[in-house]
Amino acid sequence: MRAGPPVPGDDPGPPTDRPTAVEVLGPADVGRALTRIAHEILERNRGAADVVLLGVPTRGLPLAHRLAARIADVEPGTDAAALVGSLDVTMYRDDLAQHPTRAVGATHLPPGGIDGRTVVLVDDVLFSGRTIRAALDAISDLGRPRAVQLAALVDRGHRELPIRADFVGKNLPTATSERVRVLLAETDGRDAVLIEPGAAGGAA
Amino acid sequence: MKHLLSVADLTREDAVRILDTAAQMAATQEREIKKLPTLRGRTVVNLFFEDSTRTRISFETAAKRLSADVINFSAKGSSVSKGESLKDTALTLQAMGADAVVIRHQASGAPHTLATAGWTRGAVVNAGDGMHQHPTQALLDAYTLRRHLVGDGGRADVYGRDLEGARVVLVGDVLHSRVARSNVGLLHTLGAEVVLVAPPTLVPVGAGAWPARVSYDLDATLAQVRPDAVMMLRVQRERMSSAGGGFFPSPLEYARRYGLDARRLAALPDHAVVLHPGPMNRGLEITADAADSPRSVIVEQVANGVAVRMAVLYLLLAGRNDGSAA
Amino acid sequence: MTTTWWLRGVRPLGGDATDVLVVDGVVAALGAEAAAQAAARDDVRVLEGAGHVLLPGLVDLHTHLREPGREDTETVASGTRAAAVGGFTAVHAMANTTPTQDTAGVVEQVWRLGRAAGWCDVHPVGAVTVGLEGERLAELGAMADSAARVRVFSDDGRCVHDPVVMRRALEYVKAFDGVVAQHAQEPRLTEGAQMHEGVVSAELGLAGWPAVAEEAVVARDVLLAEHVGSRLHVCHVSTAGSVEIVRWAKSRGIDVTAEVTPHHLLLTDESARGYDPHFKVNPPLRTQADVDAVRAGLADGTIDVVATDHAPHAREDKDCEWAAAAMGMTGLETVLSVVQQTMVDTGRMTWADVARVLSEAPARIGRVEDQGRPLAVGEPANLVVVDPAARRVVVPEEQATASRNSPLRGRELPGRVVATFLRGRATVLDGRPVDDPDRPGVAAGAAVGA
Repeated sequence: MRAGPPVPGDDPGPPTDRPTAVEVLGPADVGRALTRIAHEILERNRGAADVVLLGVPTRGLPLAHRLAARIADVEPGTDAAALVGSLDVTMYRDDLAQHPTRAVGATHLPPGGIDGRTVVLVDDVLFSGRTIRAALDAISDLGRPRAVQLAALVDRGHRELPIRADFVGKNLPTATSERVRVLLAETDGRDAVLIEPGAAGGAA
Repeated sequence: MKHLLSVADLTREDAVRILDTAAQMAATQEREIKKLPTLRGRTVVNLFFEDSTRTRISFETAAKRLSADVINFSAKGSSVSKGESLKDTALTLQAMGADAVVIRHQASGAPHTLATAGWTRGAVVNAGDGMHQHPTQALLDAYTLRRHLVGDGGRADVYGRDLEGARVVLVGDVLHSRVARSNVGLLHTLGAEVVLVAPPTLVPVGAGAWPARVSYDLDATLAQVRPDAVMMLRVQRERMSSAGGGFFPSPLEYARRYGLDARRLAALPDHAVVLHPGPMNRGLEITADAADSPRSVIVEQVANGVAVRMAVLYLLLAGRNDGSAA
Repeated sequence: MTTTWWLRGVRPLGGDATDVLVVDGVVAALGAEAAAQAAARDDVRVLEGAGHVLLPGLVDLHTHLREPGREDTETVASGTRAAAVGGFTAVHAMANTTPTQDTAGVVEQVWRLGRAAGWCDVHPVGAVTVGLEGERLAELGAMADSAARVRVFSDDGRCVHDPVVMRRALEYVKAFDGVVAQHAQEPRLTEGAQMHEGVVSAELGLAGWPAVAEEAVVARDVLLAEHVGSRLHVCHVSTAGSVEIVRWAKSRGIDVTAEVTPHHLLLTDESARGYDPHFKVNPPLRTQADVDAVRAGLADGTIDVVATDHAPHAREDKDCEWAAAAMGMTGLETVLSVVQQTMVDTGRMTWADVARVLSEAPARIGRVEDQGRPLAVGEPANLVVVDPAARRVVVPEEQATASRNSPLRGRELPGRVVATFLRGRATVLDGRPVDDPDRPGVAAGAAVGA
């Protein structure tokens, strides 16, 4: 599995703390949350045999890899790499015309595909639900999974669609004007979740 | 990027972004469901003042795979042949709400005029203008070359890469060729080394200023350059008649001096590939041996054309129309 | 009778400021004498010269007035009004009208239209061959003997490319001291040509118009003129090679004259890069080296004349793709500014030289006897007053010509024509055409008050 290209359109800026940012989760918190989610996925699905983790680039993809590694730790005989795929939803978004052109990311499915399996979508922040809506459309063009579940590191509320997460690392009550940023070692050099006050709306 | 008129408008970064996007588009075309909802509600007009079924179908396929509505406007048999001007045609299309106009025109610069005269608000994509430019052809050629010459042939390996150091020989009617002009410019932008081979009558006065070497001797060039790719240009048989300009004495002489045949094919390095923008004149600029050999990527060029045109339409039409691009 | 004018403090040919008195269409007095006579009269109207340059009225050897045939783009009236605004008191109206100016009847019609309009003298150019077809000589003698007294013959727009026809024409016009003005363009070398053949055409993919297509004809024609001992005029020289050939011909004593257009003095083929057909012209805009050569040739006298090749075109013929566009650009109202910018302000020429290339030489070549005269007592008062310190931005919509195809839109140019006098009568004052009824055929009297 090769890493997909970076998606500049999704990246709000350089991953540095702004003076006003409040760190709500540190590296240890992120690690614990992921471990818990991994176990919940295994419990819910009675093992990992038919599970596929599809990370939504940019930061959903490394989260999916981390979850796969944790699952492989507790489920002997599981190949972590074979669990993970990447699902780029850019071309399914409903807000393309409202933003500068987004770079299209890579979609890769694990060798067994998704037909008849349980897909767990993995994203960093669940907000309006529109990204997940796009992801569901993308999945239906790729195959017919038995079920689709959703794992998010942070659920910050303010849903605009009837979508909920099956696995949540941390529920973060926020104001719509605030911005929630997830930093990961793979993409940003360290793990953290920040809340920044902002005039603009947060990332979806 | 508001329009795509000439490869001269593309920086290295622009061109690589188009190739990278094309790679993602190509990946979607290997799926069972090839259609993407991306450009739903957008209208793409194929405005063809010159016959080119291949290019039109390629653009039409690209637009439809992205769910855009496609209107084909062919000048043949339409009001255009009865003297309606480019301006009036453009105003009509504007009134119909074209978000993009893909234009093929026999006059060099017509797409430029369409884009700058204020007749249309949509994006203008040059699908070939006179002897000037055919930028999507050059992009699909570059995409094809990148796939074969850079990295190990896998998609993600070449992400972000250009054609630095690749040696490409273009052979044929450079004078009348928009494909040659587009490829010289884009290949140079992407860092490739370009050699043009043609009879002196088919090299434009002023080509000395191009970022390419010019040779009149194909055999010597193949031996000296050891090219990674040979791109054969279409030569029209009528160019030899005096009414057609009398550019060369006979097809036979042309084929003997500048055609790609089995002997010349064997002289190429093992990894070298053969390209042709089509349609081919078998027996003139290329023999069947060369056109159908495993070295030939001519059929693949056609498939890549759809992916590249999807990428161009995506980058021009998907985002907010304020000239910015990610 | 016409108004008596006291031009106070003008600088003849850019020299010291002085006064000029114009009475009954003639320069009546100069200097202190002019001031004294003016003070003694009560019918004098004063034009404050304020250091402006006084030149003889300009004479254009190459104007397209488009009437008869294309009155939608220009008429004799609108074109000559534009000419007056540009400082002209005489223009030569090219023969490529519809019908062609190839008979005495048509040239007389144009000549009379010019007289009726009254903005400047119109000297029709006669076609060399019938219908500009390049095959059979038109009735050159009949046109020469007509009321229009044609002395310049040209198939301009087309080249008299058949060497035998050209030889006959050169010989034949000797009978009435005429001149053949050749549009030098080898037709086979320029089939489908769109712009100068060189680096820019190669890049733009526009069919090239090689310099040699002009130079080959110029070379042939000077040799023909030498052989038959005739007078030859070369229209719109555009290449360094043509300048070189004319220079060589003059050094051999061949009776050849040459003209350059303002656009070939100013613009290059780089202008074509935007595919804006306002820069499409015949002969095409050439390279910077060619521009440098025609400037040098004009400065050293190799090129005798600046002629506008004013070519009005309808909007639809320029509002289109390059290949479909008509060739030509307007120039009457900007030529003096272009010459000032390229030749005077650069120190290559004096205002006396400007008078030579824009008035004296074209009048001499066209055998126009009452134009291009010295600024002296007793001479016809064909005059133009120029403010060289003024600057202006070209706005085609504000011009007097009926067409809008100026290549100089939006450009700032130096100099401005303040006033033009045709035989003592002001056709332009304060830079604007004087649309009063004080014209030939109209009762005088209610003219501008003193």
